[in-house]
Amino acid sequence: MEIQAKSADRNLLLEFCGELDHHGARGALREVELAIDAALPRMLVMDFAGVTFMDSSGIALILRAQQRMQLLDGSLQVRNVPGQARRVLDAAGIGRLVNIK
Amino acid sequence: MKTKASNEVTLEFPSHSSNEAFARSAAACFVSQMDPTLNELEDIKTSVSEAVTNVIVHAYPDSIGKIVMKLRVYPGNMLELTVKDQGRGIADVDQARVPMFTTGGEERSGMGFTIMESFMDQLSVRSVPGRGTTVTMKKKLMPRIKSTK
Repeated sequence: MEIQAKSADRNLLLEFCGELDHHGARGALREVELAIDAALPRMLVMDFAGVTFMDSSGIALILRAQQRMQLLDGSLQVRNVPGQARRVLDAAGIGRLVNIK
Repeated sequence: MKTKASNEVTLEFPSHSSNEAFARSAAACFVSQMDPTLNELEDIKTSVSEAVTNVIVHAYPDSIGKIVMKLRVYPGNMLELTVKDQGRGIADVDQARVPMFTTGGEERSGMGFTIMESFMDQLSVRSVPGRGTTVTMKKKLMPRIKSTK
C-alpha cells in the first residue's frame, strides 16, 4: 500500500494505491495519522482510485481518519472508490457515517 | 447421505499477515474453474481475506499458528469454503458476529463477519475456547449461459 500526500491551504489529499487489507492497513494507519498531524487540515480527501482490493481493514482506516478529523473540527471526504471496495463500504453501511463521493 | 464434492483443495499456511493476499489469490485461482462472475470472485476473495485476517488477529494474537483453508465444489455450482485454526477460540460467537464489535483495537472495524455474511450465502462459526475456530461459508454461483456459437 502506497500513500501519496498533497497538502495546500490546509486541505490534505491522500492518494491510496495497492491492496488495503490488514497487512497493508497497519502501515497505512500510521502514515495517515502522521500526515494529518503534519498538515492539521480543515479538509481531508482520501482518494481510493488506486485501491485494487479492500476488506474491512479499510473501513477501520476510514473511521480512524474520520475520528481524527472530528478532533480537528475538520471534515473528511472519501472519493473515487472502485467497485469492490465500494461494495465492502455499502455492506457495512459506512455511507451513513462518512461522506463518500 | 452427504453429497460428495466434485473437486476440492486444502491449503495449510502460517498466520503471517503477508499470507492474506496469498490465501485470497489461491482461492480465486481454484474458484475460476466454476466460471464465476467478477462480482462473485471479488465476494469470495473478500470473504477469504476477512476469515484469514480474523485468525491472524484473534486466534493467534501473540504467535504464529497454523491456518487450514479448504475449498470444495459441490454439484449445482455450490462452493464451500472453510477456514480453520487451532488458536485461542471465541468465548461468545454471537457477540463476535455483532456489527462493530471488536476486541482487535483501533486497527479493526468489527465488520469482518458482517462482510462475510453479506458476500456469501451462508456462514457458520464453530469455536471452542482454547481449542480453535472453524468458519464455514457457502455460496452458490450463478450458472452462466454458454454461447452456442
